[in-house]
Amino acid sequence: MTRADAPPAAPGAEVVTRALVRYVAVPGLSGEVALITLDNGLDHTRPSTFGLAGLSSLDSALDDIEARTPKVRAIAVTGKPFIFAVGADLSGVPQITTREKAVEIGALGHRVFCRFKDSTVPTFAFVNGAAMGGGLELALHCHFRSLSAAAAAIALPECFLGLLPGWGGTQLLPNLIGVDKAVTVIIENALNQNRMLKAKQALQFGIADVMFKPADFLEESLRWLGSVVSDPSQVIRPEIERGDTWAAALARGKAIADMKSGGHAPAPYRALRLLALAENGTEAETFAAGTAAEDEALAGLLMTEELRAGLYSFDLVQKRAKRPAGAPDASLARPVTKVGIVGAGLMASQLAMLFIQRLEVPVVLTDVDQSRVDKGVGYVHTEIDKLLQKRRVSPDKVNRLKGLVSGSLTKDEFADADFVIEAVFEEMGLKQTVFAEVEAVVSPQCVLATNTSSLSVTEMAARLQHPERVVGFHFFNPVAVLPLLEVVRAESTDDATLATAFAVGKTLRKSCVLVKDAPAFVFNRLVTRALGEVIGAVDDGTPFEVADRAVSELGLPLSPFILLQLVGPAVALHTAESLHAAFPDRFGASPGLRALVAAGKAGVYTWSADGQPSVDIEVAALWPQGDTPLTEAEVLDRARSALAEEIRILLDDGVVAAPQDVDLCLLLGGGWAFWNGGITPYLDRTGVSEKVTGRRFLESGLASLPD
Amino acid sequence: MSAPSPVRSHTARALRDVVFVDGVRTPFGKAVPTGLYAETRADDLVVRVIRELLRRHPELPPERVDEVAIAATTQIGDQGLTIGRTAALLAGLPNTVPGFAIDRMCAGAMTAVTTLGSGIAFGAYDVAIAGGVEHMGHHPMGEGVDPNPRFLSEKLVDSSALVMGQTAENLHDRYPAITKERADAFAAASQAKYAAALAEGSIAADLVPVAIRSTDRGYGLASADEPPRPGTSVSDLAALKTPFRIHGRVTAGNAAGLNDGATGCILAAENVAEELGLPRAMRLVGYGFVGVEPEVMGVGPVPSTEKALRNTGLSIEDIGLFELNEAFAVQVLAFLDHFGITDDDARVNPWGGAIAVGHPLASSGVRLMTQLARHFAARPDVRYGLTAMCIGIGMGGSVIWENPAYDGGSP
Repeated sequence: MTRADAPPAAPGAEVVTRALVRYVAVPGLSGEVALITLDNGLDHTRPSTFGLAGLSSLDSALDDIEARTPKVRAIAVTGKPFIFAVGADLSGVPQITTREKAVEIGALGHRVFCRFKDSTVPTFAFVNGAAMGGGLELALHCHFRSLSAAAAAIALPECFLGLLPGWGGTQLLPNLIGVDKAVTVIIENALNQNRMLKAKQALQFGIADVMFKPADFLEESLRWLGSVVSDPSQVIRPEIERGDTWAAALARGKAIADMKSGGHAPAPYRALRLLALAENGTEAETFAAGTAAEDEALAGLLMTEELRAGLYSFDLVQKRAKRPAGAPDASLARPVTKVGIVGAGLMASQLAMLFIQRLEVPVVLTDVDQSRVDKGVGYVHTEIDKLLQKRRVSPDKVNRLKGLVSGSLTKDEFADADFVIEAVFEEMGLKQTVFAEVEAVVSPQCVLATNTSSLSVTEMAARLQHPERVVGFHFFNPVAVLPLLEVVRAESTDDATLATAFAVGKTLRKSCVLVKDAPAFVFNRLVTRALGEVIGAVDDGTPFEVADRAVSELGLPLSPFILLQLVGPAVALHTAESLHAAFPDRFGASPGLRALVAAGKAGVYTWSADGQPSVDIEVAALWPQGDTPLTEAEVLDRARSALAEEIRILLDDGVVAAPQDVDLCLLLGGGWAFWNGGITPYLDRTGVSEKVTGRRFLESGLASLPD
Repeated sequence: MSAPSPVRSHTARALRDVVFVDGVRTPFGKAVPTGLYAETRADDLVVRVIRELLRRHPELPPERVDEVAIAATTQIGDQGLTIGRTAALLAGLPNTVPGFAIDRMCAGAMTAVTTLGSGIAFGAYDVAIAGGVEHMGHHPMGEGVDPNPRFLSEKLVDSSALVMGQTAENLHDRYPAITKERADAFAAASQAKYAAALAEGSIAADLVPVAIRSTDRGYGLASADEPPRPGTSVSDLAALKTPFRIHGRVTAGNAAGLNDGATGCILAAENVAEELGLPRAMRLVGYGFVGVEPEVMGVGPVPSTEKALRNTGLSIEDIGLFELNEAFAVQVLAFLDHFGITDDDARVNPWGGAIAVGHPLASSGVRLMTQLARHFAARPDVRYGLTAMCIGIGMGGSVIWENPAYDGGSP
């Protein structure tokens, strides 16, 4: 329940989580139990967090409880409905301008939370809902924990953002559940796109002692409390293995951090150092040393550029991705009750599956011959069956979804469609013909969308009677996985069409970014530009491995040549050549890449039996190279200078509204690094933007340490 | 599928004995904005009751519950949406277990028991859950009612019939021997008996603790009744106002308050209880419901008890324990006078009654039964007990139970 009288918080002001105390009688237990509820006074869409005032409130609550006579039998802490607590109030981070200030907040959290650990009466956390970061760390300080089976998210996501669980998490968790599982929670899950534990997994991990159904979670937790206070020996914890086990888990953690960040994100490595320290246990003295080390590490990270960029990234994907800049008023959107898809190839089939699953409206696939149509429909049926196998849908739902997809050899079936998307071969003449054929059948308002990755949407619409209903709808492969959708406004696209496209994109659960019709739009243009520099360096004579390794600092999830292999050299070449045609000065035409495609090679690497890549000697032979090799530093400089130049041009040409949209495209379309903020914070902090374009992309402090 | 063969033909139908297995209730709260349950949903109270019944009886497989009937007088909002069905789903019973909502004003839960009990005897159910709820804080008596104007224009009822306090004053008029002093003395005794039972730990066994949330104070736990006023003396009561009539006799002290709470019980065919290993706390002997003039609804239990005795072939002398709902002291006294029982007879409401503990309308019937069941367990010398209550709009309801623990002795 949101209290209507809660005043709107000033920007950056702490939404204070109050610690409300009630003294309750638990049947079967004499005396009182102090029950603390953490509640920020807002509903579950604004989870409770801890800032300075919130920690002080918790501190005062404990003072009140300690002063109570007779002494309480136990102290329990729980959260408002659906939320236990989700950690530190990150909105306050920009106000942390000095290392001293950073140490202060870390130490305050430690001091208050430690009161639960040091309490002479038993302390309990009743984890009723989401428990992340500092929220979970508070629970870990308690002597006992119950968990609601409905708790949706249990995690220590700090490393994902560029922080570490520095309110005791690195010390307590490994000593509770073992270091290997702690590495999974703190390093692996956090770096794996912030994966969270479900309640059942958290229980299996040993994070909670017991799990109860949500219907009577608090009542059963209190009943359990009563029995544990009477007989604590009933709670059994596993023996923690130290020594070799500890070392092996830390090595595993390092391998994960290396794989995910290439050594460029400081947070996971510092977390691993603290986990190493935790091997000494959590007795008062060693715990004090561990938490002091946490304060230092946390303060260090809070004052890093990587963390500031990480928080900026988080804000983009949490907020800007949900409210696309420049999108027209949503009320202009027209309902979409039937969808047509031209083409029945793999891309078209993936689109059909997505539309059926999310829009739950009839979808018609068309193609030129029956066998292709059948294959497309068959693909969708197979995907629906997979959902059934994974128990994601009921048999009834399978029938419903399968009933929604059909195939046809004629476009007549599109007559009553509101949205038709083409996914045919990337050739302007063909796409123009397709749209003309569709227009002959559909209503004048029916949106015509194209999934083109490189052709001009404006040109595609030019010959139509109603070019205003054409919009670009650029997905990224695999369609079901990657969250980015570039919504392309062509010259004549009207607001109603655009609003409909955004509404459809949102229902498809994609993060839409509005882009102007420009060659290869944003994501592919920037990736191709950067890759072009790496490939160009090889053309000049730089060894493949050197060029490939050189740009790891840019935070691509995979190295350029691995990425090339994944995308397919032919596709990459197609995009590169179309961009070369548009901007021959900035986008090269690599004879090596052409030779690679002509030879039908899948990539530049071959893999050994144990999965180690090495340059394919045939590729080395067919790729013409010059005799001016570059150093790694030179390759990196070329690539990032090119990116800065290209982004400046994109912005000056108005292809996107702001640098934030560029970063959002890179974060969501290709999983570029959070700690680089996508890319513009990285280019700003390395001085590249100023050197190449004469100015920063983002004002100082927005995604960086303040000056 | 082949046609099922009939298990029993209608000509050879045998009635089955019905037992009350166990009953529980939430602590009762005051229906005021600061009351225990001010921010707690009525259906959540029912959910707690159902889950506690299942928790106390792991020997009962949840899928063996054949019906859930939950009474509420005002069936809207958090007491609406076919509360017997929705509460069953919310409580985690399998979705194969059906449920319904039931209403007979104050006797809602009592009627849930007699209805499902009859269904069990008839062979339609093996095991059932019956109960009731009233959150009078969320749903004040009469919320949203739209009485047909014919009631008054055709003088079908007196204008006082829908105001329960006025019907109690009317009952004092009918029985001048029942004075305000007698009513107050009965009320003070009810408070004292409840306090004694609480002190000896008898009340707590029936209670289901309920987590209660307050947006300002956080979560708490309701684990004790809120309405009782221990230490209430006759002179305290004498000083209270008579809100229903100037110089009247009915006060807030000699009547039940406005309350929130829920009750529930497990009923089973006796042979099924044996099969599953369920305890048998009481055996249903018979029941009767009778209508009376709505203006004096409080007299209802007199004819309904006469009817129940007639139906079962028992006489009032056979009844060893009485759990009578104390909507108003006058109404219990009218019953006692009719049957020649003294005001302070120890067989009547040994733990006090609604005047002390409260009366969340539709829920109270099962509270009476649960308490009678506890008395039975402690009193193998008693064979028969009666639960009875008056019902708004002029009715009475009476249910006679047999003590399976009866050892053949005499009180």
